[in-house]
Amino acid sequence: MTCPVPNQDYDRILLAHGGGGRLTQRLLDRLFRPAFDNELLATRHDGAALALGADRLAFTTDSYVVRPLFFPGGDIGRLAVCGTVNDLAMCGARPLWLSAGFILEEGLAVDDLRRVVESMRRAASDARVQLVTADTKVVERGKGDGIYINTAGLGRIIAREPIGPASVRPGDAVLLSGDIGRHGITIMTARDGLAFESPLESDCAPLHEPVLELIADGLPIHCLRDLTRGGLAAGLIEIAQTTGVDFEIDEEAIPIVDAVRGASELLGLDPLYIANEGRFLVILPERDADAALATLGRCDVARGACRIGRVTGAGRGETILRSRRGTRRVLDLFSGEQLPRIC
Amino acid sequence: MKYLDEYRDADAVRRLAAAIGRAATRPWTIMEICGGQTHAILRFGLDELLPPEITLIHGPGCPVCVTPVELIDKALAIAARPGVIFCSFGDMLRVPGSRGADGRAADLMAVRAAGGDVRVVYSPLDAVALARANPSREVVFFAIGFETTAPANALAAALAAREGLVNFSLLVSHVLVPPAISAILGSPDCRVQGLLAAGHVCAVMGAAACRPIAERHRVPVVVTGFEPVDLLDGVLRCIRQLEAGRAEVENAYARAVADEGNPHARRRMEEVFEVCDRSWRGLGRIPRSGLRLRSAYAAFDAERRFGVEAPGAGEPAECLSGLVLQGLRRPTDCPAFATRCTPECPLGAPMVSAEGACAAYFRYRPSHSRQDRGTTLKRGAAR
Repeated sequence: MTCPVPNQDYDRILLAHGGGGRLTQRLLDRLFRPAFDNELLATRHDGAALALGADRLAFTTDSYVVRPLFFPGGDIGRLAVCGTVNDLAMCGARPLWLSAGFILEEGLAVDDLRRVVESMRRAASDARVQLVTADTKVVERGKGDGIYINTAGLGRIIAREPIGPASVRPGDAVLLSGDIGRHGITIMTARDGLAFESPLESDCAPLHEPVLELIADGLPIHCLRDLTRGGLAAGLIEIAQTTGVDFEIDEEAIPIVDAVRGASELLGLDPLYIANEGRFLVILPERDADAALATLGRCDVARGACRIGRVTGAGRGETILRSRRGTRRVLDLFSGEQLPRIC
Repeated sequence: MKYLDEYRDADAVRRLAAAIGRAATRPWTIMEICGGQTHAILRFGLDELLPPEITLIHGPGCPVCVTPVELIDKALAIAARPGVIFCSFGDMLRVPGSRGADGRAADLMAVRAAGGDVRVVYSPLDAVALARANPSREVVFFAIGFETTAPANALAAALAAREGLVNFSLLVSHVLVPPAISAILGSPDCRVQGLLAAGHVCAVMGAAACRPIAERHRVPVVVTGFEPVDLLDGVLRCIRQLEAGRAEVENAYARAVADEGNPHARRRMEEVFEVCDRSWRGLGRIPRSGLRLRSAYAAFDAERRFGVEAPGAGEPAECLSGLVLQGLRRPTDCPAFATRCTPECPLGAPMVSAEGACAAYFRYRPSHSRQDRGTTLKRGAAR
């Protein structure tokens, strides 16, 4: 979607440019992709797949700017490790090495930094990755938000066939690894200004185990996608729009716990677009779907895995949500961040 | 989940849709007033379940959409001032003000990106708390909305007055539903034969407040909720009345709406606000259709405090939002829809707000609606 009239082509960066919606896409398409155009970038996957001699490596990077730094179920350090581990896993890779860059704000309590580092140590140990290089910078008070972390990761691709949007085929099944929306709602309720309590914890978790198990069981994975910013909807829409395949998703098959549904209703948000940090999509041939569900069900972080839909055709690149009421709705990217509505 | 699942139940939805099919013997045109209802109708695809005789048209009940562009310009000017913390409900942040000489229209997000302190709040009381915590800053709350948000905004003003907070003010653009509906029903072009009244407005004002409209304009008015079962139940009751030649007020949202409404909330509103003339974006000036702060609360009026003037702002000539807000055109009738007007580059407010009719069409049926473009709205020929 392009806008021929530049009236709302903002001349400054808005928060919405980082929301994972259309403004983010536009920034990538108009600014970054033309500047760095190459074959690997063009695959639009969670990481790049590099051939180095006989080895195939996955390489990815991500930055973490979450507020508050500590929230139920996790903290910025755990996110920074899990997020990059997950991007590697989505390439069908065994995560091996991470780098970390810390941008610290003057005045940050050293105890808080210690907690974050300890949490990263534990997360790295859980994910069996080593943090092998790092950098630290300090910015003046007021120029940061406590801690920003960037991590990059390298892993060895062990999947035999290429995993990515280009491998998706009509007839494939779409599996989801568990219920959605926990992370986003947890962060929102932990922030100032939203005075309600919830029993929720972030779903933040490393996802390498279920992916490695699927590969070990010989399941022919076509595509994997972790459902972070922009949620389930953005994950599906990006794959559909990259490849031109259509998805048909059964609305009632998407697991959402009551606490997430309730908070979403109160705030006027759509849980399909709310961020997760420990959920992913598996797209593979329908005949292998039951076996994949059984494999996923054996892993703690994917115990709630279920089939939510199918790839129906190639051509339009649409993601269609079907309801039991017999109605259909096309999912489209949000413009920017989801805004809580007025009434 | 209780109070949700039973009102989205697929079997109940299908039964109601079938009952509507049996009840309607000829074409009827019904307006749902509230933008939240429009949003739900498109989100759940309810219009696709209705027989072709029934045309739903979308009313002006989106508070974001009807806030006049002059007020948006004033908000942008106040929010850009140093020392101001400007608080707003989230969906106002992307509404464009009038265009500058360079053809660009700013919005509150752009003001924030340029250094303004613009904050999304969930309640006007959060803005009062910010004023309390930041005595050296001016805290301004953008008080927009219908009878639904007015009581809480009145409460915020009363609380600030009681606490003697001198750094809190409200930029008020409150509007009232019944005068706008009367204006639409009184227009010679009006095709609306029945109304689904907004359940949450009636929760405050009472179902009884709809009676003058039903009597004066001889239309059935059904107080309706926001879930699929609520909406189809509202349509069914409306059609039964139309088929029987009745024009009464019926309450299909009794779990939230009492006949007398919420007198306590209304008292709060009346203490702080008084009725005034208001401009509506797309509809123009409507007598006695809004609320302003009473003189006792004049000290909390941000327009007075900041003395902002907005030059008479024009709408883009191409934008049909006035006709859309009156239900005279569908969003997809607009030649700019989904081409020159999208949520990222909106020409008018209905494309911006989550509850705006244009945004709802854009979001929930991108490909259909673009194919539908160019059709005009005729009674009974909706699809």
